[in-house]
Amino acid sequence: MSTDHSAHEGSSHGSVSSYVIGFILAVVLTVASFMIVMGHSMSPSGTLTAISVLAAVQVVVHLIFFLHMNTSSENKWNNNVFLFTLMFVAIFFVGTIFIMTNTAEHMMSR
Amino acid sequence: MLGRLSFADIPLDVPILVGTFMGVAIVGIAVLGLITYYGKWGYLWKEWFTSVDHKRLAVMYIVLALVALFRGFADAIMMRSQLALAYAGNPGYLPPHHYDQIFSAHGTIMIFFLAMAFMTGLFNFIVPLQIGARDVAFPFLNNLSFWMTAVAFILVNISLFIGEFSQCGWLAYPPLSEMQFSPGVGVDYYIWAIQISGVGTLLTGVNFFVTIVKMRAPGMTWMKMPVFTWTALCSSVLIMVSFPVLTVAVALLGLDRYFGMHFFTNDGGGNQMLYLNLIWAWGHPEVYILIIPAFGVFSEVVPAFSGKPLFGYATMVYATCAIMVLSFVVWVHHFFTMGAGADVNAFFGIMTMIISIPTGVKLFNWLFTMYKGRVQFHATMYWAVGFMITFTIGGMTGVMMAIPAADFVLHNSLFLIAHFHNVIIGGVYFGYICGMNFWFPKVFGFKLNETWGKRAFWFWFVGFYVAFMPLYVLGFEGMTRRLNHYDNPEWYPWLLVAEVGAVLILFGIVCQLTQLYVSVRDRNLVENRDLTGDPWNGRSLEWSTSSPPPPYNFAIVPHVHELDAYWHDKENGIDTRHAGGPYQPIHMPKNTVGGIAVGVLSLVLGFAAVWYIWWLAVIALVGIFATVIARSANQDVDYYIPAEEVARIENEHTRKLMAQAAE
Repeated sequence: MSTDHSAHEGSSHGSVSSYVIGFILAVVLTVASFMIVMGHSMSPSGTLTAISVLAAVQVVVHLIFFLHMNTSSENKWNNNVFLFTLMFVAIFFVGTIFIMTNTAEHMMSR
Repeated sequence: MLGRLSFADIPLDVPILVGTFMGVAIVGIAVLGLITYYGKWGYLWKEWFTSVDHKRLAVMYIVLALVALFRGFADAIMMRSQLALAYAGNPGYLPPHHYDQIFSAHGTIMIFFLAMAFMTGLFNFIVPLQIGARDVAFPFLNNLSFWMTAVAFILVNISLFIGEFSQCGWLAYPPLSEMQFSPGVGVDYYIWAIQISGVGTLLTGVNFFVTIVKMRAPGMTWMKMPVFTWTALCSSVLIMVSFPVLTVAVALLGLDRYFGMHFFTNDGGGNQMLYLNLIWAWGHPEVYILIIPAFGVFSEVVPAFSGKPLFGYATMVYATCAIMVLSFVVWVHHFFTMGAGADVNAFFGIMTMIISIPTGVKLFNWLFTMYKGRVQFHATMYWAVGFMITFTIGGMTGVMMAIPAADFVLHNSLFLIAHFHNVIIGGVYFGYICGMNFWFPKVFGFKLNETWGKRAFWFWFVGFYVAFMPLYVLGFEGMTRRLNHYDNPEWYPWLLVAEVGAVLILFGIVCQLTQLYVSVRDRNLVENRDLTGDPWNGRSLEWSTSSPPPPYNFAIVPHVHELDAYWHDKENGIDTRHAGGPYQPIHMPKNTVGGIAVGVLSLVLGFAAVWYIWWLAVIALVGIFATVIARSANQDVDYYIPAEEVARIENEHTRKLMAQAAE
């Protein structure tokens, strides 16, 4: 363990401007979601689609500006791990939708 | 001021609890008194509680696990005794309210605080030593993880004497666990214990993943990594992907209870079936989180006591990884009967059966490792062989229940209970105890007594079969789980047999305690001392250091040339230790009070939130944030062990090795 704990190596830790941009984007996306829901301006399914899209964009904003993911080579491990995580998230999402829709059809639940 | 906590919440009307409390209080005061009498508080605080040394944390984790074993087993034998009595006219000695808390606590404690803590203890001790590292990647987080796990266990035990524990089973299914049906504090104790220990487990997963990826000794490529480290890696991955699901599921249940939301309620748009989906999307990977490291233990023990390298190292690694991925696509088999159609059930049934293939590969690898080897029937090997037989039977009954049609008959019956105890006792528990016997001399520098080890094994092994084989029969006879009372005469004799089995297991635990006592008593006998650091003629790097290892593990970080690095060095006359130096000063992490402070504050937060003592909860939460910020801003977190000190410790060990070789 010759690694020095107080030194940071490898991936970058961002700058003030990138944090500010990330913060503004995150706030805009969050406020937009609240406005859509509280304004009752869209149909229920439209609202659901809109806030899901905004949530997905929010995830990307966090990954880029706060978790500093990029395509540089020092980030290879980060990116590989992220892809692996995506695989598990996909299994979990697709599986849950598969199970719960099928159950809802049979059990007449929501 | 005290929320909903009042004097009436202390269960003075339950004699069993009052008796237990007296017992715990007397033992507790005796222990605290002895520590004070011998003036050991400073020692405990400096060398253990605030330590960030992975070896010290490992010992504390395993002590915690053993305490959890006693509590969990006390619950188990109380349930068995209730069912041996509560036939026909006899109501037994446990009223349903108490009995329901006991089975809920039994499951929660055995999984979260016995199995998880034991596993983390083994990770902590073995992984850094096997990969030639001097500590884990984040030593402070490691200490914090331990304290989060420990205080969560304390919270569960507080529920014994103040208020009540959950009566909803170890997974607290809604709608029973909702406010409408469980208005007491039991489920809240459960929620906070799970959430606090969940933080610890998640941090452990991150810690060991990073440690294994980043801190392997030079030359240790992926396919030169010992199998136990591989299994720790796969287990850590599963922790990182599955524990957040548990946290979310239990948090949503908490929102329902605390803020009147409707995620899993019957009315208001809730869907309790979604909770089952979420909790098992964590729950199934969880059982593989536990069993995969047990497979890793056997993969180290069987070669060591067969005098041969592991048969099929590469297939073992691929099988472990295959199990890791497959364990994430089988979760519906826990709720085939919930109402999904044939498409869903058939898919998940087939995936479940497929998991038995890589597991079978592993079993054949161990068997072929033993085949034509010089097998020594050491106590450690008893547990390994006992595992192979027991786990195979458990695995086969699992494949039976993977058939959805069969599961409709067996679901929630005692057949299921017999199945999962068959794999968890026969797999996880036998595995961890096997590992404890194997690595004990490395931890403390003396061996565990073998005679008492074998006695413990035989009581556990026979006791397991006597206790759980009747449960398979009872399952076929239609007895469901969690019954408090029954009047079917056919069940009665089988439940008496199961009670005998539980008593045999009790003898097994007594033998294990005796084994510890006898080993400590005889620790200075020549045949028990481990002076070389390599008592079993081991193959991986942990056996190349002294027993117990120095604080820095390796004075000079070893270079790995082959799989079974230490064996290769021994065969080729390479001195893995580089005895004689030259030594460099070694950079080490400093002890910290941060972990125990955050832990204790979390305990206060949990307790306050359970009883709605909001002012206290806010103080604790602010305290946690303040401690974390203070700790993050602290730059004084490391120190150097001077080269002369390293040389002194190393030369001492070299002298012992020389003396041993001369004999």
